[in-house]
Formats: sequence, C-alpha cells, structure tokens
Amino acid sequence: MKDEPKQATPSTPNSAPTFARRQFLGNVVAGSAAGVVAATTGAAAAAADSTQDAKKPSALPPSLRGIANESGEVPDMGRVGGVAGSDFMVDVIKTLDIKYTPTNCASSFRAIHESLIDYGQNTAPEYISCMHEESGVAMAHGYFKIAGKPLMTICHGTVGLMHATMGIYNAWCDRVPVIIVGGNDTDSAYRPPMVPTYHAAQDINAIVRDYTKWDDAPVSLQHFANSFVRAYKVAMTPPYGPVAISLDLGLQQEPVHKKGGVLPSIPRYIPSSPPQGDSGAVREAARLLVQAQNPLIIADRCARTPKGIELLIQLAELLQVQVVDQGSRMNFPRTHYLSTSAQAVGQADVILGLELSDFWGTVNTYTDNGEYEGVGTQSSKLQPQAKLISINSADLITKANYQDFQKFQVIDVQMPADAEATLPALIEAVRQALTPDKKDVIAKRAERAKKAFAADFAKTQAAAAVAWNASPISTARLVMETFNAIKHLDWSLVASEGNVSNWPNRLWPMEKAHHWIGRSGGFGVGYGAPASVGAALANRDLGRFSVSIQSDGDLMYAPGVLWTAAHHKIPLLSVMHNNRGWHQELMHVQRMADFRNRRVNLGQDMGPIGTSIQNPDIQYHELAKSMGWWAKGPITRPEDLGPALKEAVEVVKSGHPALLNVWTQPR
Amino acid sequence: MLILNRSISPSKALLRNKKPAIRSYVACLSASILLLFSTQNALAASAEKGRENFMKNGCWQCHGTWGQGGSAGLKLAPNPKPLAYISAFIRNSNGPMPPYTTKVLSEEDLGDIYAFLQSIPASPDPKTIPLLNDLK
Repeated sequence: MKDEPKQATPSTPNSAPTFARRQFLGNVVAGSAAGVVAATTGAAAAAADSTQDAKKPSALPPSLRGIANESGEVPDMGRVGGVAGSDFMVDVIKTLDIKYTPTNCASSFRAIHESLIDYGQNTAPEYISCMHEESGVAMAHGYFKIAGKPLMTICHGTVGLMHATMGIYNAWCDRVPVIIVGGNDTDSAYRPPMVPTYHAAQDINAIVRDYTKWDDAPVSLQHFANSFVRAYKVAMTPPYGPVAISLDLGLQQEPVHKKGGVLPSIPRYIPSSPPQGDSGAVREAARLLVQAQNPLIIADRCARTPKGIELLIQLAELLQVQVVDQGSRMNFPRTHYLSTSAQAVGQADVILGLELSDFWGTVNTYTDNGEYEGVGTQSSKLQPQAKLISINSADLITKANYQDFQKFQVIDVQMPADAEATLPALIEAVRQALTPDKKDVIAKRAERAKKAFAADFAKTQAAAAVAWNASPISTARLVMETFNAIKHLDWSLVASEGNVSNWPNRLWPMEKAHHWIGRSGGFGVGYGAPASVGAALANRDLGRFSVSIQSDGDLMYAPGVLWTAAHHKIPLLSVMHNNRGWHQELMHVQRMADFRNRRVNLGQDMGPIGTSIQNPDIQYHELAKSMGWWAKGPITRPEDLGPALKEAVEVVKSGHPALLNVWTQPR
Repeated sequence: MLILNRSISPSKALLRNKKPAIRSYVACLSASILLLFSTQNALAASAEKGRENFMKNGCWQCHGTWGQGGSAGLKLAPNPKPLAYISAFIRNSNGPMPPYTTKVLSEEDLGDIYAFLQSIPASPDPKTIPLLNDLK
C-alpha cells in the first residue's frame, strides 16, 4: 500500500527519506535535530545566568528551542499526487451522515482536519472547535441523547486521547455511542523525533480499550473504510457504546492508489437489529407479573427512543403497575399516576428491572456508618419471597477491569437483551397470560396508585415550600423559578448536575423524551457543561429551547466549552447552582471527622479545607461574558431571580447562550 | 441459597437484626437523661450563637443553611422536633447521619443550635405559591 521509500542505511537510521509522503516530516526531523542542540545551549545559558544573577525575573525568557517552536516557519511540503488518503476517509465518514465533529485541533490529524473543512466543505460533519478533548467527547455524549445519532470526535495522539478518557468512560457507563477518532504517527522509522514521537504509541487505543465496545488501528485505506463502518455499526447496536479508531498520520497523508488493480471501496452501513429477550423467558416474566399481587417496574435506561416511553406506558397500564423511573433516561411521564418513588421496592412481590445500572443497589440499602469492620451496613429491602426479573443489554458487554457492572445480584429471570426491543413481546405475553379474574385486582391497584400519586405530589410541594424565601436561594426555588420562565416553550432540560435534590424530576411535568436526558453515567464530574452544550446543539437544529442547571465545580473542569457555545452560536440557558463547593466531598470529609470524634478544620472557608470554592468567589458570570455569553450575577436574593431569568430567556430565544450565576443552598 | 446470595452473611444479618433494639434502648435512655439538661440549656440558649454553631459544625451541609433539609439530610426546621429527641439522635446516630459527641459539639452549643432552629419562621403554605401550582 505505502510507497516504497528509498532505504535508509542501517548506520544512518535518522536520515531523511526522500519520497514525497515523508518529505515534510523529514524537514521537521532536520529542524528538530537543530532544535535539540539549540535547546541544550539555551538551557545551559539559562542555568549560567541564574547563578550569576540572584534577581532573576519571575518568568525566564524562552529558550532558543522554544522560540524556534513558536516562530519557526513551516517548511514547504512537497505536493502529493493523486487523491489524498484523508479525502477518501472523508468520503467514508460522509456515508454515515455524521453531522458534527466537536474536536480540539492537533497535528497528528492535520491531514484529515484539512480534508474535512476543505474537501468535505465542512459539512456532515461540520467542525466544532473545542478547547479540550473531554469537552468534545461530552458534547457528542449530550448530542446523542437528544438527536439519537452519534457524533465523531477526533483526538490528538496519546495526550489528546488521555484528555478524552474521562468523557469516554462516562459515555461507556451511560451506554452512549461516540465515535472516537485518534491521530497517531505509527511508523517509527520515519516519524519525527521529540514532540510527534511523544505523541505516538504502539497500541494507542489500549488506554480506552476497557471502556469502549471496539477499537481498531487501520493500516490501509480499505482497512479504514471497513473498520470505520464497522465501528459505527458496533457503536449503534444496543447496548450502545463508544468505539475508537486510530488514524495513522502517514495513511492520512499518502495518496489513494489501487491495490491489485482495485481502488478502495466503501462498505454500506446496514443497522443491526437490537437483541431481544428469549421467548421462553419473556413468557415466564409475563406469568410472574400477571400472578403478582403487588408488582413493580423499575426503569433506568429503558427508553432508548421516544417509542420506549410509549411501550412502558402500555405495559404499566395493562397491569396497572407502578413505575419507578431511576432517570438515566426519560422513561416514564412524571405526570402519570403510576409514577412512584423508590420506596415502593419494599412492598413489591415481583420487580421488573429494565436496563438498571445497579440492580443490587436498587433492592438493597447501604449505609456508610462504619459498621461491620468499617464497610458500612448492608441490608436487603426486598420482601422474603420477592421475585426479580431483569432485561438488560449491558449484560452483553461485561468487561473485567472497570466495575461499572456493579455488585452481583441474584435474579430469578434474567434476559441479557435490549429492554425497549423486548417490550412489545412482553406486552403481548402479558395480554395472553391475563385472565378475567385479574380484572378486579388490577382495577384496585389503579385506584390505590391514583391516591398515592396525589398524596406524594402534595408532600413534594410542601417540602419545596420550606425555605422558599431563603438566601442563598433554595434549590427548590431555583428550579421552579427556572421552570416558570421556560414552561411556555418547547423546553429540554439538558443537564442537571450538582444535586439540586432532584427537584426537576419531582416537580416539572416531564413527559417527552427531550424533557430529561439523564446524567453522566460514570459520575465523572465535568460532564454537565459540555454535555449541555452538545445537547443544546442538537436542540438548536430541532428548534427547541435548552436549559441546564449548572453546578460550579462541574463547570470549572473545562470552562472553555463556554467559548465553543458562543463561537458556534449554540443557544443555551445555563442557570448556575453555585453552592461554592464540591459539596459531596465536603460532606464526606465532615462525616469522617465526626466518625473520628474530631472537629473538622474549616480553615477560612465554610466547608472543610480543600472542599470549598470561595476566597475568592469565582465570578462565573464574568467568566462567561469573557467568552461571549450574556451573563448576570451573582444573584443571591430569591426575588431577583425571576426578572433575571426573564431577560436571559429572551437572549437565548435570540440564538445566544446566557448564564445566570446564582448563589444557592447546598442541596 | 437464593436468599443468602441476595443479602449479607448470616452472622452479619443476625447482628443487624439485633441492632435496632439495642439502638432504640440507647436512644430512649439517652433521651431521658438528656431531656433534663437540654431543657435547662434551651432556657439560656442564643439563636444567634446557634446560627453560628449550625454553620461552624457542618449542620448546614446536609440540612441546608435554614434547616430546610434536602436530598442529603432531613428537614430540621421550621417546627423542630423536641430538643430531647434531637439530642438523643445526634449523640447516638448510627445511620447516614454521623454522631456528634460532646467533644465535638457541647451541650451548650447544641442548645444554641436548637434555639436557632426554633427561631426559624414557618414556611409559606405551598398552595399560596403560584410557582408550585401553575405547572402547565
């Protein structure tokens, strides 16, 4: 496939080859070699200076090597005849209708970058400029949960992929497809020394293999075409998940040519059908549900699509079974009288778990109280004879290292299958198993559920009213003032990070798939801001209004995504839950001190040393303004919040992002 | 076998079953003893100092700066439970709430905190708050 280089002699392994593909890199080799010498000289000179002059400046002047790196002219690259390999790669990518590529630019994928924006005319995918690879992945994560279509994000060799890892882990745990494409200059014989070599690896995808569904490192353009289409297919077959394809820099830059007289071709993408539960297991599950006195459905990632919500309503109403929506997706309308809370677990005699992230945690309690040799109290919530049914596609992709599969739970009927795809068969099996004598039992369950729903909602309203006029502003007030400002719009809550006591799910009338898109999956902090921007990008194209409840700690992991939103005119209302701390950790340290019978050291802050974000307080509104957002704050009085929201909503409706920095209660 | 696998080891389960009874006894005993002291403390207590102690000792972290509660902690105010009950609970807690001994939180400081909780005015009636009712 590759052009045959003129052989470098063994005694001069670093000699620059003269073939076109590597001509530019050869020049860089020569430049870098000179740079090494200069660097040594520069460092030595700096060291000598430091011993002679005690009054050294706080910032030393750059070394000669640094100057060369920053200002050196890019050598002319020899023209490569024919079609560039990366142009062919763009042809492959375009067959899959990937709309955007949120990416932080880097040299290891310069060739495909250029092909995407010039040859590909910067459409499908359109390049979205990101300031951090983790932001690129999280944007794709949030985007998918609105659009239902994956994005591709490109990462620099080694360091870029390392930046991306936490975002990839979140996507893995949240069962979201993201196409990770990574640059890598594989060929050590011709790779430039120094920086490009630091950014190359023998098996570059090893770092993400434990939390991706599949990865590959193609060595020919045909290999790339096959693997890219396969990667897309693997990512989009439930259970969804991220995939990684590394792009050799040489492969990107070399021209397309025939192999055996044939040009590389692009395989067609035909979606795979999702895995459905075994018919015998489905019948047994239906039998148990029909025979149960007090069945319960618990859904976490059940509704992959809006159709999943409809199917779950059908099943619940058929048996008048209450539903607990754990909220990793919008599974069941919060306004439906069969919607209930997790407390129902203790009364159930049959529990149907649909795509639960943690079945053990659903039916057991864990109390972090230092009991039992320090591990804490664990106990079952279940009735002694309760039967458990599980439909979970994640059972099909269990890996060993990272523990996202959670604690082991014995299940009576376990289907490693996609819940949404299995629901039609289960609904039909329930219909067949229902006998007329069940009619009264089912009707009584409906009456009980309606009364319980009304009583629970009244209790929730009463709880929200407590500290309604408090300053800092209560999280209930924050959430309901926000809802009041957007309720007349086609709204979409694209992230609610930072634990606002779950008020949106308890009080907002969430009914549609885009009303709630779940959480990060892996609980890796830093997901909220970029995932919101990604989801808002998808909502922008659908004409919807995006709102996020944005926590302070989450935003500061990679605030550069604010600039991305402004630069690409992505409208988003970001209402900050600024409790001025990493509050979960703040409580953990306080607990440790209490258990050890010690007064916790607060230093000069409100919370234990190391857990507060104050002194100085971050002016998030100024930060946002500096990156092109309309912003206001800090808002500390509840009466000021409504008017500020009104202004912000108008800004967002005009197509721009807006942020309100609101000082809030801790939870 | 099925049941065992679903829960913790039998010996731990046995211990766990005995725990609530022991805990209740300790709580009741403590409540009786503390009632006398607590009542005396409450007489001289300062809501202002109590507010400071509430913040300084981390109560606000789970219960909110006005004791309103939330996902991490129960509501304490307005209308706090009797001081004796609260005293018994925080000195002996073995659940999600960590225990506060007198070494960390003196009786006097606790009395002040209670005065602060008592000083918190009643919440508005949720029916009078349009934002909690006009949800369409």
